[in-house]
This record gives sequence, C-alpha cells and structure tokens, in this order.
Amino acid sequence: MSTAEGITCENLDQMETIFERTHILHETPTSYCPGCGHSVVHRLIMEVVEELDILGDTIGVAPVGCSVFAYNFMNVDMQQAAHGRATAVATGIKRVLPNKIVFTYQGDGDLAAIGTAETIHTINRGENIVIIFINNGIYGMTGGQMAPTTLEGDVTSTTPDGRDIFRQGHPIKISEMIAILDGAYYVTRQAVNSAKTVRKCKKALKQAFQNQLDGKGGTNYVEIVSNCPSGWKMTPIASNEKINQEILDYYPLGDLKLPPKEA
Amino acid sequence: MAKKLLMKGNEALAEAAIRAGVKGYFGYPITPQSELLEYMATNLEARGGVFVQAESEVAAINMVYGASGTGKRVMTSTSSPGYSLMQEGISYMACAELPCLLVNVVRGGPGLGTIQPSQGDYFQAVKGGGHGDYKLIVLAPNSVQEMANFTFLGFDLADKYRLPVLILADGALGQMMESVEFPEYNPEEHLVDHSAWATTGRVDGRPQNYITSLHLLSEKMEEINVHLQNKYKEIQKNETRCETINTNDADLLIVSFGLSARSSQKAMELSREEGMKVGLIRPITVFPFPSDIINELSKKAKGVLVVEMNAGQMVEDVRLSIKNDTPVAFYGRMGGMIPQPDDIVNELKKIKD
Repeated sequence: MSTAEGITCENLDQMETIFERTHILHETPTSYCPGCGHSVVHRLIMEVVEELDILGDTIGVAPVGCSVFAYNFMNVDMQQAAHGRATAVATGIKRVLPNKIVFTYQGDGDLAAIGTAETIHTINRGENIVIIFINNGIYGMTGGQMAPTTLEGDVTSTTPDGRDIFRQGHPIKISEMIAILDGAYYVTRQAVNSAKTVRKCKKALKQAFQNQLDGKGGTNYVEIVSNCPSGWKMTPIASNEKINQEILDYYPLGDLKLPPKEA
Repeated sequence: MAKKLLMKGNEALAEAAIRAGVKGYFGYPITPQSELLEYMATNLEARGGVFVQAESEVAAINMVYGASGTGKRVMTSTSSPGYSLMQEGISYMACAELPCLLVNVVRGGPGLGTIQPSQGDYFQAVKGGGHGDYKLIVLAPNSVQEMANFTFLGFDLADKYRLPVLILADGALGQMMESVEFPEYNPEEHLVDHSAWATTGRVDGRPQNYITSLHLLSEKMEEINVHLQNKYKEIQKNETRCETINTNDADLLIVSFGLSARSSQKAMELSREEGMKVGLIRPITVFPFPSDIINELSKKAKGVLVVEMNAGQMVEDVRLSIKNDTPVAFYGRMGGMIPQPDDIVNELKKIKD
C-alpha cells in the first residue's frame, strides 16, 4: 500500500500536482531503449510547445534513425523525411507557411554525414526554423556503426579496433562549422545526462523556439549531446558518466553563437 | 479570345504553372531547363508563390516534399542527371501520396551525356524510376502549346490522385519557340481540399496529421502497396490519353511520342504522298500507356514502326501491348540526334511488304 514514506494511495487525490506529463506527448511508451536521451528530449520539446502555446502552429520533421517514429510520440503535425533531408523538407514547409513554427529533429548520421549539404545550406540561407541535433556518437538504429561524431578510439561495429583518425577521419565538429555561417542566429550545445543539464537544455530549446516566433535573424540550432546505452554497450548510468568524463572534453557545452544584442 | 504569345517551351510551362496557382517552386540550374527556373525566379514571387534555388536537386525534391505536405500546389523542374538525383525523393512522395508537378526536360545520356534533346529517360519515367513499386502519371507534350496545356492538366491530376505527375519533355521542346495561347483557368475552381491530411499545425487541437512512407509491419506495407496499385489501375482506366492521325485506313502504323512524333507525323505525310497508307499513334500519357488502342489498331496493320530518340524503350511497351502477329520494328537515334522524316520513310519502306 505504501509507495514512499508518508505517502499512501488513499491520499493521492489530496496532493498538489507539481509535475504533469505534457499532453502533447502521445499516451504511448516510446520505442527507445531504457535510459536513452531521446525520450527526455522529446518531452522537453513538447513542454516548450505547450508553454509557448504553439500547438496549432507547430510542424515537426522526423529523420531516419532511432527517432524515425518521432510522430508516434510527439503529438504535433509531423512529416517523416528521407535520410539527411529533414532541413530541406523543413525549408519547403516554412517557405510556403512562413507564419508556422517548424522544427527538425535529427541524429548525427542524418545531420552531420548524409545530410551535411542540406544542413549547411539551410542554415546558410538563414531559414527561420529550429534544428534539434541529437549527437550520441553512433548509428543506433542500424546496430551501432561509427557515426561522424564517434570519438577517436571508440569501438563500434564498423570500427572494431576503435576509430582511427588516419583511416576514419576525425569526429566532426559540425556545430562549430555552423556557428560561423552568417545565416545561423543561435547555435548552442547542450546535454541531457543530469537534472542540471536537462534544465539548461530546456531553456535553450525554449529560446530557440522563441527566436523563431519572434521571426528575427536566421536559423536556431540546438545540439544535444546524448547517450546510447545499447550502442555503447553500457548501463545508462555509465553512459551518462562517459559523457562527463570523455565526450564533453571534445564537445564542450555552451553557446557557440548568440543573437546579436539589440541596440 | 486569348492572346497568342511567342515563347520558349520552358517559359510557356513556367507561365502556365504560375497561372495554375503554383505556390512553391524549388529547383536547381541545369541545361536545357534553366529558363524555367529563371522565369520562376523573375515572376513567381510577384504573383503569389515562393521561389527557392536549392543547393542540389536532392534538396529541391525534398523541399517539394515538405511544401507539398502542407497541401499547397508545388513543383520542380530539371533535366536528366538532375532527375536521377531526385529519384529518392520521388519514391518517398509516391508512397506518402504527395501531389506535385515534376518536369524533366530530357537531354542525351547516359552520364553527363549531352545537352541536346533525347528520350533516353523513358524507362525511368514510366517504370517508376526510384526504389519500390510505384508509378507516376507521365505526360508527353510535343509542342510548346502542350508544354503549357499539360501543366494545368498535370496539377489537376496530381491533386485528384495524390501523386507526383511528370511532364516528360526534351531539350528541343524546352528551347524552341512557338506560339502559345493560355487557356482560361481559375485555380480556385480546381484546387482540392487537402486539409484532411496536410500538416499545417493542430489548429484548435484537431487530431494529429503526419506524413510518412515508413510502415515496418509487412502486413501494413503490403496493404499500402495494394492501395497504390489499385490507384494506378484506376488511373489506367480513367486517364489514358492518346492522339491518332490517319489510322482509319492505315496498314502501316507509326507509334511515337513527344518530339519524335513530330518527325513521324511529317514522315507520315511524305509517305502518304508516295501512296503508302501510314497512320500515327501518339501516346500523350506514356503512363498510363495506351495499350488497348495500339493493340486494336495493329490488328489490321501489316506492320508497326516505333520511332524514338533512344535505343528502344517505348518499343517494349508497344510489343507488350500488341497481342497478335503484326511485326513491330524500331527506329531510333541517340545522343541528342533527332530522327529525320526521310529516314523514317525509308524505315517504313523496309516493313511495308
């Protein structure tokens, strides 16, 4: 009967609600592995949509990868794009519906390998959209192959001896590349591996959507360093620790480009 | 009465698209279709649409996908190598049932090929083109006037059946100038309400709309395929279009589409002057293919000559259409060469007995 000290099922209805799952998430379990960062980011985006009251205006674009079924979890209008083409699809939507709020949700293979050209040119045109980039250093959906963001030395199914930068190249710092584009308005790197980083990440996402609502500047881009316990063959806790101990040294958190201060 | 204008095929098509109410054009420069892109860049935004020069044909077709998914009339145009690059996106659109107008101003291939006219993309156009089982409606104009007319028709068919419609032209049709009259056309009377599926935001909390071509359950994916195939059967039943000239008394038939049908028509006239009874069948839709009429007319013919600007592609569909013993011959030129009427007459003489 007792669920925690002092709390019983009998008096649940008398308690004050201090947190509620946003109703803009579908009432269905996600298909993500236990401990995966995708679920957290989905929730944050939908909370932002709810708090900014833009449900009737929001159109999302899902990528190819683990989040290919994002429309089954995020209950907003969505289009599923071909691998790498999410920002081109978003460009098409935003250009014909300029008053709508458009976001893409993409992984590292999608945004930083097969879709690199679309990513760079969408941002170079300064399309007024939000790009959400989940960097977990691996191709999760296809079974754990090397991603463009896999760290040097990390073992994947296509780097069985660890990533060798002389054979497989360097982990790409695509957000730093994007930050130098004049079309980029807001570029930031966040994480969701602790309560503190989750809170900061939500703030950044909200800023990105608010910028689009305000219609100023250009493209808003939020990279989120995330984990892949299954692909990394780690427990969720160990994978979150790896982010702190190794990944953030190479991909440090923080803003890479802030909107210019208004005069 | 509509005014007659002298225009390039590419420009006439672009003007027709604007008059048809196109709201988004997304393209990339490639010869011999660039005038179409340039016409849109100059005129579309002032007349109620948006123009984007994409970074590639791959991006262009995916912009079309996104914009079509909002229920708007949208299009792209390109030429052969660019059309190859678009195949991925077209396959996705076919499965997600997104309407749009595509234009391929075909040039000689394979590879980078030549910028001269060709019909070498016939297979790619009518058999699908990308991965998976799908079809487009493919319209084959043979004049600048038809470049314009088929643009209106193409948008209407795309909206009616929710699929990409392709105008299969060639470098000569795109570049040559002829007089053209634009028909009266009020887009408001033609637009279809796509709000039941279009992604425009969940206004007033309406149920979610989403667009996808992904169905991991085999049972579901087969169901989608069956639905698409039924749609294509309906299109075959309702939308097959074909022109026949002098076929009533003909014992020799030419089957030819697009530009090569114009050489063929001249060859038909020349051979009739020599007393040969030659008729012309010109498929206007190359998918759906006018198989029944070709089969019917071939019954009383001594022979059929298929004339194309390729190594022999539509001839396969003609042979599949004819269910009798009438022999089918082929004459084609490739690499940007256009069949000449005299040469076609010579080919007719070879099969007349």
